[in-house]
Amino acid sequence: MTDDADSLTRSKIRTQLVSPIFGPRVELLSGQHRYSTLHQRVCEIFQLLIWISNNLGAESTTMKVVVCVKQIPDPALPGELDPSTNYLKRDDKLILDESDSYGVEMALQLVESAGGGEVSLVSMAPNGEVSGLRTALAMGAEDAVLVSDDALAGTDALGTARVLAAAISRMSPDLVLAGVESSDGYTGTVPEMIAGVLEMPSITFAKQIEIDGDTVKVQRQTEAGYDDVECATPALVSVTAGVVEPRYPSFKGIMAAKKKPLEELDLAALGIDSSVVGKNGARQETVRVTDAEERQAGEVIEDEGDAHEKIVEFLGELKIV
Amino acid sequence: MSVETILVFGEADESGPSGLTLELLAAARDLATKAEVFVVGDGAAAASELGAHGASTVYSTGVLDGKLMGVHAAATLQAHLDSNPVDAVFFGQTPDGRDTAARLAVRLDQPVITNNVGAVIEDGALVVEEPVFGGTQNVFTAFRNEGPSLALFRPKSFEAEPTGSGAAEVVPVDFVDPGAAGSATVTGRHIEERSGPQLDDAEVVVSGGRGLGQPEAYEMVDELAGLLGAASGASRAIVDAGWVPYAKQVGQTGKVVKPNVYVACGISGATQHLVGMKGSKNIIAINKDPEAPIFGVADLGIVGDVHKVIPALIEALKAR
Repeated sequence: MTDDADSLTRSKIRTQLVSPIFGPRVELLSGQHRYSTLHQRVCEIFQLLIWISNNLGAESTTMKVVVCVKQIPDPALPGELDPSTNYLKRDDKLILDESDSYGVEMALQLVESAGGGEVSLVSMAPNGEVSGLRTALAMGAEDAVLVSDDALAGTDALGTARVLAAAISRMSPDLVLAGVESSDGYTGTVPEMIAGVLEMPSITFAKQIEIDGDTVKVQRQTEAGYDDVECATPALVSVTAGVVEPRYPSFKGIMAAKKKPLEELDLAALGIDSSVVGKNGARQETVRVTDAEERQAGEVIEDEGDAHEKIVEFLGELKIV
Repeated sequence: MSVETILVFGEADESGPSGLTLELLAAARDLATKAEVFVVGDGAAAASELGAHGASTVYSTGVLDGKLMGVHAAATLQAHLDSNPVDAVFFGQTPDGRDTAARLAVRLDQPVITNNVGAVIEDGALVVEEPVFGGTQNVFTAFRNEGPSLALFRPKSFEAEPTGSGAAEVVPVDFVDPGAAGSATVTGRHIEERSGPQLDDAEVVVSGGRGLGQPEAYEMVDELAGLLGAASGASRAIVDAGWVPYAKQVGQTGKVVKPNVYVACGISGATQHLVGMKGSKNIIAINKDPEAPIFGVADLGIVGDVHKVIPALIEALKAR
């Protein structure tokens, strides 16, 4: 046996999988065994078969991807702040944030190309909302965890990250995916904070992800182009919008999603003290909201074949031409 | 009551500190008695320009080789702040700035407020200003934490302004090893072609959107930009569709531009886009939908077909 990391890991798996039932079988695999009776021989072959089936299963279906998704007010509708709290109003139906649909799609593609695995969702909402999660389940995710608690209203990015991290750590993923930023709060810091709480390596702004054994390889968007970045799993990767084409849930998918497991947890179940979330945890206060100075619309004309002359004239006044 | 020290998370390369770093330095200097800069990179090389913009001290880690910056920068900053406490740390809203601020927030257990375009001190507390709903309203939020306030600011929120001071004192800082969480390694860099005027500092920007109809039509935008000495940009819709690279994206998730003239071609004006360009001095919009929100901010709006107006404009400019 070589002593490279991969075979060490495999030998650990063997020991773990076989020993609880049949006792230590490391010697069986290294060929230093001495059995004499037929019974023992049959036992040995039986154990080997179990080991093979366990291990084949382990190698083709272990990849577990958890995707963080946010359910937000429909961005097509005008947003509003609640005048009493200055929080974004979330009373109407919430939908799956489009930014997160890219993470869901990316996870589904990674699991498909790995030949097996599981995509789970995790989300946080103060009001028990699940319609956005159902959309992502209809796309193909297996199951979902929703953290919901009245105490969560007004939670900031750090509090959100602590809650999501607690939920994720119960799921033992190989890979955590998230959108780079949400379409409503767009702080763009929660994914990296989750990785910080979990003390996990992370790669943000991914436009392409590839899993190669225990390594995740990412093309990371930069101002000037992109970087190749890689790290060992488990890791967190945040996905930029528009890099994959999120699938539309099929009718069958929508029907199936209604029966998929959706676990709802409160803060107590996660062992989180309510003082780290909500308004108190945020340790910030909205002191006022003002209307921005409106930019005045100028002249609007209908093109009748000569609008370009008007543009040239305007550029001339500005001394651009 | 005033604030004693604000530390700016400085970004610098071979050509010196970034414009955004100098903008934040100007703001820090206005608000605090002392403005310092923490450079994860070659701070010594940037010290004279940072000093000329009012930095008293530049902390320099030296270049971080081959690792993704955020986790390393946060671990090193945490150790630094432990022995050099400050009232606030200002970050630019860049990929490294966001990563570092987020990791540092967890390490220090301090809140971080993002997307800011302004900052004031009120009753001794830092109050930051964040535009919401496509910039129609501004939310002012006061930090109520014990310990350093962490704030991220969008580019072009402040004017960089030299003070004429001499070079800043350079204090070397040793990297702190963050362990396995810092293992993300950069194995290659790819620079997309960048020629001609850049979005960040062009006098004129010509951008295209979904109204162009098809990817080939973006060539008109490039040609018009070439004739005007302009940088070419794009709305998120056509970047997402893969017509043009992300580096050209103008908007909330792309670049914020404030040129003298902005020409929007076939762009409807979703708030995502307006946030990135409505600070332009003059805006010209061409769109076939008279109801398009872009006309609400345009100084000259042309209701018409981009496929007719732009070629005619190109011919007219060539004829001059």
